[in-house]
Amino acid sequence: MDTNGTILEVKNLKTYFNTEDGVVKAVDGISFELKRGETLGIVGESGSGKSVTNLSIIRLIPSPPGKIVEGEVNFHGQDILLLPNEEVRKIRGKRIAMIFQDPMTSLNPFMKISKQLMEITQLHLGYTKAQAYEHAIRMLETVGIPDARSRVDNYPHEFSGGMRQRVMIAMALSCEPELLIADEPTTALDVTIQAQILELIKKLKAETGTSVILITHDLGVVAGMTDNIIVMYAGKVFERTPTKELFATPANPYTKGLLKSVPDPAHEEGKDLYQIPGLPPDVAHLPPGCPFAPRCDRAEDICRNEYPPFVQINEVHHSLCHFALEIYTESLKEQEEKNVG
Amino acid sequence: MLDNLISINNLKVYYDLGADTRHYQRLRKLLYAFASIVILIVVSFFLVNAIGKNLFPSWISLLNQILFWGFILSFVTLIVLLIVNFVVGLLNRRVVKAVDGVTLEIKKGETLGLVGESGCGKSTLGKAILRLTSITGGQALYDGKDLAHLPQRAMREQRKNLQMIFQDPYASLNPRMTVGQIIGEPLETFRLANGKAREERVKELMETVGLSPRFIQRYPHEFSGGQRQRIGIARALAVDPDFIVADEPISALDVSIQAQIMNLMERLQKQKNLTYLFISHDLRAVRHVSDRVAVMYLGKIVELANAKTIYAEPLMPYTKALISAVPVPDPEIEATRERIVLQGDVPSPINPPKGCRFHTRCPYRIDACKEVEPQLVEIKPNHYAACIRISPEQPDIDKVAESAAPGLR
Repeated sequence: MDTNGTILEVKNLKTYFNTEDGVVKAVDGISFELKRGETLGIVGESGSGKSVTNLSIIRLIPSPPGKIVEGEVNFHGQDILLLPNEEVRKIRGKRIAMIFQDPMTSLNPFMKISKQLMEITQLHLGYTKAQAYEHAIRMLETVGIPDARSRVDNYPHEFSGGMRQRVMIAMALSCEPELLIADEPTTALDVTIQAQILELIKKLKAETGTSVILITHDLGVVAGMTDNIIVMYAGKVFERTPTKELFATPANPYTKGLLKSVPDPAHEEGKDLYQIPGLPPDVAHLPPGCPFAPRCDRAEDICRNEYPPFVQINEVHHSLCHFALEIYTESLKEQEEKNVG
Repeated sequence: MLDNLISINNLKVYYDLGADTRHYQRLRKLLYAFASIVILIVVSFFLVNAIGKNLFPSWISLLNQILFWGFILSFVTLIVLLIVNFVVGLLNRRVVKAVDGVTLEIKKGETLGLVGESGCGKSTLGKAILRLTSITGGQALYDGKDLAHLPQRAMREQRKNLQMIFQDPYASLNPRMTVGQIIGEPLETFRLANGKAREERVKELMETVGLSPRFIQRYPHEFSGGQRQRIGIARALAVDPDFIVADEPISALDVSIQAQIMNLMERLQKQKNLTYLFISHDLRAVRHVSDRVAVMYLGKIVELANAKTIYAEPLMPYTKALISAVPVPDPEIEATRERIVLQGDVPSPINPPKGCRFHTRCPYRIDACKEVEPQLVEIKPNHYAACIRISPEQPDIDKVAESAAPGLR
């Protein structure tokens, strides 16, 4: 194991899909690291490749049409992409677990909750039926399902949306995974239920020390939950930085636009919202230069013609933009003005 | 800005789901059994009399007697069972009180935001105003006319002034119609424009909502979600309405597109002096676009105030929790603020809790909350809330003495 506590290292990951429209570069050269106990947020609009990144990590990309073309996914120094299928299966669900967006469709409607929860521990930890059953009840209690013993033999349709998401979390945490990937865990839920689930993930994370990758399109959710954030656009990492720094001093025009286009109840001046013009790009037909250039209000010729560099602004802050440094200094200035004002 | 465009008075929308037969299966089985016995007896009576005359004439009168009394007995039991079944059915009737006595005024030129969790009845309320669902009781006054009781034909005429934008831009546009046909359809139904004039109007509308008129021959599937929502808006605007119900118009869109649609709606409001009922569960968006906000919980309005006020100082416990649950895109605020996490889920709107409907999840509940149904009271100027634990004299629930209910009189 690594000495610096890195449990996951993704290097230059590329996942392409062959479609009728040509090759879709859903994930195109993504690199990041995840330390033990860290929470990483991946933010992006639909089609930005955030889910594909995570499916690639646990090798759940349907192939064909998908293919991991290049890159490394080092989990404890071991490249998952090179492992034989049986080995990956031992990691999946046990050491890396996933929570999906839609709790309605990711539970089997024909199976009792107990059976679905027992499957994992019986398979991965070699529990007997009785042990697994008790463990299932304990897990349901951990995630805050009242009266777990009587509810464990219910079917998924007997639970509400929030409760189903709790069951999903219980299932994901059954084997005490080292890494939990939560793909839009609260998008299908109401705000008050979202708050419950986020608090639950936070609490469980503090108890178990699991690392979490949180995928979402909601900047509010990542603000309160994560240590670091990756902003994705068109299959590429546009910005990578600690959460505080991203919100205070973004160094990428896309991030800046995104932050400004969300109504912020904490400080708002009653003006029109900033709007990013245009539409998210068609990933099958990207322009030669910066993929965001057609929508960027400060795009220049160089942006349209040349692919931007991944600029390192400081030790922890990277941004994919020709003018990253300028934008960063601009944000710094704005931040100072805000603090003074 | 001052006149009321629409006044809703004690509006109710109930859906009768019929009896829940799962609770009295045995009774129903017994009923069926006795019904079959009665039929069996009648059939055997005819059989006995037809065949028996020749085969066993001496037995006939005895058999007839047995069958007669058997018939009387089982028939009476059947009647009794039928009555019991009917009564039990009434007791087990499930009525969804989707909107349960809402009184609300929508002022001319304003945007009234309507927020609440899924299943609270906010969409039903929006639909009820446009009579897209049948109304059980109450009034919805528009321009002196009660929309709730207008005859169908007159109501259809009114839809010229009352339009709707739907949530799902994928499901609300007919995939087999071109954009021109979709936007032009209201013009056709209301006979507002024809031929060349219609096409001109459609093109003009497309430009208004930010679509290039050269797309007029295209089909909905050729557009992205945001563009489709623009088509939906153009269709709503085609008849030049006064009032638009926007039911979750941005929920299905990407973040960067949401801002575009909100700005478009605000621009159109200014240009055409529109009035919106903006229904959404996205509290941040509602706060941004609305002048006033109404919070709904299980079919009732529980708080109503100016948009900024309701966020800055929510009064009733549900609104407090709802607003504190909204994640703020600012890590420093997120790190320090206290979030009120409610226990449990929204109860089923079928036979909702008695008293205050929120009492099952409310951290401030007292015994009286289970009994008394709170009324919407003006706690502060123009700030209404439904909670018995606060009153105009004591608007801050945290400062109210434990188990006191100043709003109870």
